[in-house]
Amino acid sequence: MNSLTGTRDLLRLYVRRDRVKLPAGILLMALVMASNVSGFKRLYSTAQERADFARGIDSNNAQLFLYGAVHRGDTLGGLVAWRSAAIGGVVMGLISLFLVIRHTRGEEESGRAELVLSGRVGQRAQLTAALVLALVSNLGAAAYILALLLFYRLPAGGSVALSLGLAAVGMVFAGVGAVAAQLTESARTARGIAATVLGAAFLLRALGDTSASTPWLSWLSPVGWVERLLAFAGDRWWVFAAFLAATAVLAGAGYLLSARRDFGAGIWPARLGPAAAPPSLRSPFGLAWRLQRPALLGWSVGFAVVGATVGGAGKGISAELNGSDSLKKLFRNLGGHGDLTDAYLATAMSILGLLAAAYAVQAALRPSAEEAAGRVEPLLATQATRLGWLGGHLAFAVLGPAVVLAVGGLATGVVYGAATHSLGHQVPRLLAGALVQLPAVWILAAIAVALFGLAPRAVQAGWGALVVFVLLGQIGSAFGWDQALLDVSPFTHIPRVPGVDPSATPLLALVAIAVLLTAAGASGLRRRAIGA
Amino acid sequence: MTSAITASGLTKRFGPTVALGGLDLSVSTGEVHGFLGPNGAGKSTTIRILLGLLRADGGEASLLGGDPWQDAAALHARLAYVPGDVTLWPNLSGGEAIDLLGRLRGSLDPKRRDELIERFELDPRKKGRAYSKGNRQKVALVSAFASDVELLLLDEPTSGLDPLMESVFQSVVAEERDRGRTVLLSSHILAEVEALCHRVTIIRDGRTVETGTLDELRHLTRTSITAELDGAAGDLRGLPPVHDLKVDGDTVSFAVDNADLNEALACLTQLRVRSLVSRPPTLEEIFLRHYREDAGREGAGRDGGAGLDDSAVRNENSHRPDSPAIR
Repeated sequence: MNSLTGTRDLLRLYVRRDRVKLPAGILLMALVMASNVSGFKRLYSTAQERADFARGIDSNNAQLFLYGAVHRGDTLGGLVAWRSAAIGGVVMGLISLFLVIRHTRGEEESGRAELVLSGRVGQRAQLTAALVLALVSNLGAAAYILALLLFYRLPAGGSVALSLGLAAVGMVFAGVGAVAAQLTESARTARGIAATVLGAAFLLRALGDTSASTPWLSWLSPVGWVERLLAFAGDRWWVFAAFLAATAVLAGAGYLLSARRDFGAGIWPARLGPAAAPPSLRSPFGLAWRLQRPALLGWSVGFAVVGATVGGAGKGISAELNGSDSLKKLFRNLGGHGDLTDAYLATAMSILGLLAAAYAVQAALRPSAEEAAGRVEPLLATQATRLGWLGGHLAFAVLGPAVVLAVGGLATGVVYGAATHSLGHQVPRLLAGALVQLPAVWILAAIAVALFGLAPRAVQAGWGALVVFVLLGQIGSAFGWDQALLDVSPFTHIPRVPGVDPSATPLLALVAIAVLLTAAGASGLRRRAIGA
Repeated sequence: MTSAITASGLTKRFGPTVALGGLDLSVSTGEVHGFLGPNGAGKSTTIRILLGLLRADGGEASLLGGDPWQDAAALHARLAYVPGDVTLWPNLSGGEAIDLLGRLRGSLDPKRRDELIERFELDPRKKGRAYSKGNRQKVALVSAFASDVELLLLDEPTSGLDPLMESVFQSVVAEERDRGRTVLLSSHILAEVEALCHRVTIIRDGRTVETGTLDELRHLTRTSITAELDGAAGDLRGLPPVHDLKVDGDTVSFAVDNADLNEALACLTQLRVRSLVSRPPTLEEIFLRHYREDAGREGAGRDGGAGLDDSAVRNENSHRPDSPAIR
């Protein structure tokens, strides 16, 4: 019996619990990679075309911000690495940190871990099993990706570097998850902390990649390291030392902190709450406000930071580029129209729209989480009606995205406007650009509500819908998928503001669809059994 | 006396599982009514139907004169519900949860609330995630008892309470009864039901198998007899059909249906009784008897059924981890 006893049994349990979730996530990641490779292969078949495309990227801050710089853009491998390094790193990071927190803090909070750990299980077994599962998953994903890259006959060295690099960034954030899980009693808070670290890492990289004066910022970010591996462009293997060191330090910190706390407790002590409820806590809406407020605050802060960063990066686009016809043409190939700066800002606003949609789904699914936890029955055994209860949360799914988009648009407009001495001009344009995303965002919330009312077992398909729309928008449009398919995504119908004058028809149509879906969900909720 | 709850012929299916197969329940206004049944018998399903959280597939239910499904919100202003497995909002304190639920019911007596918090020895400042099962239960109980309502629906409300708190619970329910409130108490703790309830309903497999006052139920059932005979227990062939017959030297013990009591005593007196102890059945025995018949029926092919031997009792107990026999 040592501190690792039982790790293997726990690992088996975790694998059993994740047997659908993890393979699905890994498969999705591999599919995105596959569409990247095949898309580039088809669109840019000669070295000259690829090099022209890559030059277009290097002069486009939106692309630099999202994906980073291209290295050896004249090769297919160089383009694939450029496109997948940052975004792929974020996806692997998210999968890994959620995985580790789910099996450590999540299990402790639910009380299930107490039963398991009362068995013949060592003190470090739980965290070790979670980290081993993260390692297995990341290596599994790397194996898929490697097989795929080799299938397209990309150089073996770069293929190994890129696939292992994505796995390595996953492991760094598994370590972040291991630390975050020790800090508070709440898995929700731990996920928030770890995801914030991931977001900050992405922003650091984005700032480093868009700024001529501070490119070293990227080196502070594990997400940036994937790009700095220079896969297919020299393969700097020594960058893996940074991944290894960061993972080891974070995992070690996780073990240290874990040994210094009691089971179920966090390093940060739990605070006592008030002995009586404030006057505001007297209605379903008051309760929804209490439950949804932390998320609204967190997303607002996130949108302010992202907006300010987007605005700050926008300044770097020079007038010289705007004057170059060939670059403009290249830019249009990337999906841009008209003015380069406006196109960049419009792209950034559409990214804010996708993020806001994620928030909308999260807020709209909160009632479902409440029901699954068994907290709704006592509530509905009072005068609170089903629709009143749903409405409280729905207010956040509908108005919450409006708030965070307004914050994001304002932050972009203020920072960009201040930098270009055109505050009065930019703020309303960018506010409009952010808010025009709302009808599409509401569709996602409405889908979640419809599922909740009509097919409560399938509510997680709300996230599935978001993933599909993101794929259609990010991959489908870049690689020229059939327009009828792209039209499935509500974001396809959102005008690119600033730059294009929005027409009301598609927006009103989206709102009407959202209203119908919501009404269907609400009527389903009135009829169905609660908690059964 | 008017009826607070009436249900007749309630049926409810969950896919292939029949949860309720024609359940009857009648609770008069002002009474504390015990609602008994083994795990999975359909107690919680019945209560959820009464709360309008589930819709019955068939049968009639009426609660405080209204339809539990149609008039849910209006009826809920007049009742309080305590579930058996209380989950609280992790980031709300216990005090906040008490106030919230009370305000949503439409009535909360702050003085009564503070008094109950003290009696139940609850720290209302702790966050929901920090409470143990028993303390979560106390939060729900305080909130329910501090609300000014006519009807309390309590679904195994004391399953996590210690004996001290159990006795506080019993005295609070007795107070509620004295104030004229109606209580439906689903419970596994038979001593609690025996102490508090005037009438009980016993259900099994989604059907009502017994309902009435405790006295009535006792009359319907058996008396336990232990007799010490003068000399070895001789010819017991004169005994009517009895249950759990045990002979140990000159001591004989059995349970006999009250209808056969006279005949059994006659047989014993012929064998010359030195001492005799007779005991009316406890609720536990009434309850177990229904279980035993259940087990006997299930095991009919195996041991010939009628449940005359102890193996049937053991068999039944093994289905019930919270058997009163272990208590």
